[in-house]
Amino acid sequence: MDFTLSIIYLIASITFVIGLKMLGHPETARRGNLVAAAGMTLAILGTIFLFDGEVSTKVYALIGIAIVIGTIIGWMVAKKVAMTKMPELVSMFNGMGGASAALIGLIEFPHYTGHPLQISVILAGMIIGSISFAGSIIAWSKLNGTMRKPIRLPKYNILNNVIILAIIAYAVYFVYSGSDNYLLVFAIFGAALLYGILFVIPIGGADMPVVISLLNSFTGLAAAFGGFLYDNMVMLTGGILVGSAGTILTFAMCKAMNRPLSNVIFGAFGGESATGESGSTTGGSIKKTNPSDTAILMNYANKVIIVPGYGLAVAQAQHVIHELEELLVSRGVEVKYAIHPVAGRMPGHMNVLLAESNVDYDRLSEMEDINPEFANTDVVLVVGANDVVNPAAHNDPSSPIYGMPILDVENAKTIIINKRSMKPGYAGIENELFFNQKTSMLFGDAKDALTKVLSELKNM
Amino acid sequence: MQELLSFITENLQMIYIVILMIFVGVEVIGHVPAVLHTPLMSGANAIHGVVIIGAILVMLHAEPDNILALSLGFVAVVFGTLNVVGGFVVTDRMLEMFKKKK
Repeated sequence: MDFTLSIIYLIASITFVIGLKMLGHPETARRGNLVAAAGMTLAILGTIFLFDGEVSTKVYALIGIAIVIGTIIGWMVAKKVAMTKMPELVSMFNGMGGASAALIGLIEFPHYTGHPLQISVILAGMIIGSISFAGSIIAWSKLNGTMRKPIRLPKYNILNNVIILAIIAYAVYFVYSGSDNYLLVFAIFGAALLYGILFVIPIGGADMPVVISLLNSFTGLAAAFGGFLYDNMVMLTGGILVGSAGTILTFAMCKAMNRPLSNVIFGAFGGESATGESGSTTGGSIKKTNPSDTAILMNYANKVIIVPGYGLAVAQAQHVIHELEELLVSRGVEVKYAIHPVAGRMPGHMNVLLAESNVDYDRLSEMEDINPEFANTDVVLVVGANDVVNPAAHNDPSSPIYGMPILDVENAKTIIINKRSMKPGYAGIENELFFNQKTSMLFGDAKDALTKVLSELKNM
Repeated sequence: MQELLSFITENLQMIYIVILMIFVGVEVIGHVPAVLHTPLMSGANAIHGVVIIGAILVMLHAEPDNILALSLGFVAVVFGTLNVVGGFVVTDRMLEMFKKKK
């Protein structure tokens, strides 16, 4: 290999490591991302221009066009999409990477027949890439609401395991037999796609971040297999780095939800029968409130804690809530935001959103820090959050979210919950908090409702 | 078996890299605040877009008259570019929002 290219790959690999490291600290995160991007650009340009071999201009032109198309679409989509749509976009881009890896395997297969090791590497990359692609697309459609409900085929766990074992067994047999049947490779490709779909459809939407993170590390692995095939160091290091970092991140997310990974994948979140009989807790009656009462309550409170959730993001109410918060603070009320680690659709989702509207970082409190404070809080305002404040996680062992750490808002003196309707949250389960005597429901779109509260407050 | 052994000896360097990289990945991610999980995942997502290099190599290796390889390779390069460009831009947009604090 060309010496300059080797050096370029080395530099790119280092930028990936440093970039990822910098991404882990709030102050350096943005620069870290740019460092990795620069390394990537260098590696791509090097690969194209330092290739030692005869390449026709037509091929060069095609590569150029493909890159231009990808860049324009990728750039525009990433720039235009609303902040609330970020998670599904990440999922989509992840799927693209997986598809790319799968296609590489599909194309390279005929060139390596008779080389069992290369064939196994190709098949491994292709199978993992296809699973990641199909899975990511399903995760994407779940996050954007196209596919709301988990779909569970009968005995889906056993079925899925049988399918993946069959794929692996067949791939092994395929390598051993030294077959050069191209059609069968396409069959394996199709089976892997099917598995990717079946793998994700039974998992509830609330668990999608974990799934995306897992598929993210899958794609990393698929890229690394490509590196093996081509003896390409930067693909190998980049792929393995993401594969390993992604796995750790997946576990960190599971830890934030206090559930083992196996539970996310194989355990039925919002289990089929468990939700059906939850009617027992819904016996109580709910209390409605209106914007002016809410405003009065908060105006004369000493301490208010705001619990933001996905509903806030959907309604784009982050600016209104910030205005509300500043007004209350100017009147001497202590205001804090309680951020559940998995509030919204992804860890850190709420932080990103509130940072967008310039909320002071010091007012954002993490769950462990704020939980003891609820007891001496006068008013808790829950905006579009549901599962993360569901006391069933503490006191109902039959609940699918039992054991998940939650914000203990029920300890506060008064609880106001803003929701559009009584519909259950993403986990699809009832919330007894709504029927608590201290709770009042403020129905309506978060932005509308908060704007009304804000104008009431201003008139006081 | 023989082949596996010779594979290991021939690719010892790669195996070293794989193992060391696994540890680097674990080290780099450890102790990151939950706030940054999303941008971090997004950033890692962009980095595995390195698969685009494989897609480019596929096209560079392909015979100019191999329509199947060229067209699939073309799609692979487009997808790979989407992963890289989209991934980095989205991550940058997320992080842009963090910059004003403190």
